[in-house]
Order: sequence, then structure tokens, then C-alpha cells
Amino acid sequence: MKPFHYERSSDVSSACAVAARPASKFVAGGTNLIDLMKLEIETPAQIIDINALPLGGIEETPEQGLRIGALVTNSALAADMNVRRKYPLLSQAILAGASGQLRNKATTGGNLLQRTRCPYFYDTTKPCNKRQPGSGCAALEGLNRMNAVLGVSDNCIAAHPSDMAVAMTALDARIETIAADGATRTIPIDGLYRAPGDTPNIETVLQPGELIKSVVLPPPPPGRQIYRKVRDRASYAFALVSVAAIVAHEKNHVQDARVAFGGISYKPWRSAQAESTLSGASLTRSSYDAAGTAALKNARGYGHNNFKIPLARRTLRAALAEVTGTI
Amino acid sequence: MKQSSDRPLGVTRRRVLEVGTIASALSFVRDPRLAQADTLSDAEASPNLVTVGLQINGRAHTLTLDPRTTLLDALREHLGLTGTKKGCDQGQCGACTVIVNGQRINSCLTLAVMHAGDEITTIEGLANDDGLHPMQAAFVRRDALQCGYCTPGQICSAVAVLAEHKAGWPSYATADIASEPMLTEAEIRERMSGNICRCSAYPNIVAAIRDVVEGDRT
Repeated sequence: MKPFHYERSSDVSSACAVAARPASKFVAGGTNLIDLMKLEIETPAQIIDINALPLGGIEETPEQGLRIGALVTNSALAADMNVRRKYPLLSQAILAGASGQLRNKATTGGNLLQRTRCPYFYDTTKPCNKRQPGSGCAALEGLNRMNAVLGVSDNCIAAHPSDMAVAMTALDARIETIAADGATRTIPIDGLYRAPGDTPNIETVLQPGELIKSVVLPPPPPGRQIYRKVRDRASYAFALVSVAAIVAHEKNHVQDARVAFGGISYKPWRSAQAESTLSGASLTRSSYDAAGTAALKNARGYGHNNFKIPLARRTLRAALAEVTGTI
Repeated sequence: MKQSSDRPLGVTRRRVLEVGTIASALSFVRDPRLAQADTLSDAEASPNLVTVGLQINGRAHTLTLDPRTTLLDALREHLGLTGTKKGCDQGQCGACTVIVNGQRINSCLTLAVMHAGDEITTIEGLANDDGLHPMQAAFVRRDALQCGYCTPGQICSAVAVLAEHKAGWPSYATADIASEPMLTEAEIRERMSGNICRCSAYPNIVAAIRDVVEGDRT
């Protein structure tokens, strides 16, 4: 690990001011950052420990949604009774990720900003445009089984690893931040992540020193919720493909549907195509398959991950069948 | 193993292994506080040392550390608390599990300097004057190990699983996420999935945990 200066901050504005300096990083749970620092993939000159900042707690908003502090741990969020009753897919998604030990440290803000688990990002002997801009992408022709099939570029096919963020994307979560100059803003979660394009090293729209303060969930939309994850092991494994779905239906047809996928893109992939195909559709296997076909229309496999395209369609079908009780 | 008969007088098994591995006579006289350079991938001088107070197993310790020192290395290399094991050192195996402020964490993925004032319990802190912790006794009774390397992490994790369950926390195995689940075998296996056992002693680990759960219920 490279040497760094450690600072524990107790107020938000000074934390942001320090973090705006070059080569600075916030640390909260540290479960991803410290791992990457050991491998010298992350080499901050300075880390700002934000655990003492007043960014904890889960509170109801006036609109009957929830405001989740950035430092709320994944465990605490998944166990919160309001979340379990009103946003069960969020609890399910969080509990589908990592291990008990990791969820006890990992925070809401940190989970959103965790880095990809692409094996070439981790392997410092291989080219990776995300780790070393301009060096190339070893995953394109490599073992890309875990990589993305939608929204990526020939410079980077890394997939976003979060489960929590997929559920939050289906819920239209909003990210509240504060910048080094004290300015605050709200970013829809779907606008938080930047497509890799030519600059896969820049992953979000956050500016240097900008800190996630909280995540706001609007009131839950009508309908039943589900998070379905497909992975190599039954527990403690990243998603090959996951689906977050919220479906309101009458006896025979869908009234309103929300669909987001995990494991297939650089971000949690909200599918407007699947949603519009499902709107008003009958509760049948052919409707679910049509939604999957629409969602994956522009998908492209890179060899080892070709299987993700039919797997995503089938996972969506299974999720829709389960959430509508039409298995 | 004839290791014990080869053991020089007064030298622990761990020290013998160190000598064998590092092939250095210095290991015999090395102060554990000087071991830091071995545990860092970079021997560069640190820009700043940090003094931190840690509460470990009910005792206060003050350490002056390179901020790069993980909690795991602080326990093992600076305080001689070698019950906590280093397996993968990247949060995948659970051998380094300790309990911090009542919650289990991977001590390899956190910096010691981030734990000023925290209450840390390691495997060494579970037994008391009355004997083994019930979870330790259950592991012995059920023979819930083979090589034993993962066992301190398994036991710390299992103790915390029971507390998480008492607090009403659900798991991915919980069918109705808003319910208060029973600690069934499926629940225990899911909740313990962050602790890997290379010898695959899982059936007896689950049995030991179930014994403690059932003992608590009666």
C-alpha cells in the first residue's frame, strides 16, 4: 500500500474542502477502497475518514418516502422495518450482496460508488483503460464472462457490481450531495453514472470533493416488488444477471411496470423499453418474453458473456411471473 | 507431526513456523511491534504515524501506527493477539472476523486508526473465568473443524449471527422479508456464507450453531 495522510473529519464542509485537493479520497466503510489500496489500484495521497460526520439515520420525508443517510450501513438499511415493509426489494437486493461482515461495514454512499470487479481492473499486469487511461481493455478479448453487454464501449466493458443500486434505480432514488463550496444538488440515480465512452476512468458525475449526503426514496409505487439474482454460488457472489421489478396489475393485464437489471451494464440498467412493452400487456409468458426481447435489443456479447443476453431475458420472465403470481 | 519435539525450549509453535518461513534467526528476538514492514507491500517510510486508542477484549491499548496498518495487523503483529487469522487478506474468507461494537466485520478491510474508541472483541475475548463461551464449547462438542484455521472467525461470526437474529435482522434466506425468521439450517448457512472453511466442516459448524440456538431457546 502506498503511504497516505489520514484525517478524521467531524464536519461536512471541511471534509469536502480537504477532499477537493488532488489525490484525495473519502473513506467510510472502506471495504472496497482499502482492498484496492492494498493492490495499489487506488493510491490516494490523503484519505478523509467521514465516519464521524452526521450522515446517519433513516427518516421519513414529508412526501411519505425515506431519506437514507449516506453512512447508514447496508445491514442497517436492509433490516429497517420501514424499508422491509414499503421497499422489500431494496432489503432483498442488499441481502443478496456480499456477506454479513461486509454489509456491517459497507455504507449506502460507498455501495453506490464501489468500483467494478472486472478481473482486468484488478490485474495490474494487464491493460485497463479504467485503471490506466489509454492502456487498452484486456477484457474485450479476454475472460469477459462477468462483463457488461449493454451501454458499454470498446474502451471498457466493465459491469457495475452493486445489487442495492439496482433496487434503488427501480425505485427512482435521488442522490443528495454537497460540494466543496457548500453547494448542494440532487441527482436522479439514473444520472449518477457516466457511460464509459472514451473515459471509463470517470465513472460518475460527482466532482472532486463532492460528497453523497443521503439517498431519497420517493413513496413506493403501486404494485408488488421483487429482486431476483442469478449467480454462480447460492450466496456471497456477484450477479451474473439480476432483475428488480415492480409490477401493478389487474386481473389479466399489467397496469404499470418498472424494470431494472444488474450485472449487464456500467450502471444499474433501467429499461424503458421493457416497461413500455409491459404497459397494458397480458399476464402471459409471451408478454414477459416480449419485454425481455425489447430490453436486450441493443445488447452485444463479447464471447464469454454472450450467455448473459438470453439469461437476462429469462431472469426477467421468471421475475415477472413470480411478482404477478402467474407462474 | 514431530514438530513439537523439535521445538526449542520456550519457543512457541508460531515462532518455529516463522523461522521456517522467513529463515531468519532474527525472528526469535524480533519485537512484534517491529514486524510492520513485513505486513505492508511497500516498505517506504510513512509520512506520518498516528496514535490510536483501542479497546480490545475490555482492555485499553494505545498504539502508534503507520496509518496503513489494518485492524487485523494491529491485532496480530502489534498486540500479539494471533487468534484472529489472516486468510485471504481481501475480505473473501472471513478468517479475520472480529466483533466491533457488537457487529462482526472483516478486520483485514479496515484500518486500525479508524477504530479509536471502538469496543473490539476477538476470539481471545470470548471465554471468561467460567470457561469457554457457549459457541466455543459447541464447536468443540460437535468437532466443527478440521485444521482449525478458519475457526476463530467462524466462532466470532456465529456469536454475532445470534445477536443479529435476536435484533430481528432478516437474511436473503428469509421468505417474508418483513417477518422475524427462525434460525433454520438454511438461515444459518446463508448468514454464515462470509466464512469459508477450506476443510468443508460446514455440517458440524451448522450443527454447533444450532445447538447454541436451541440451548438459548430452552
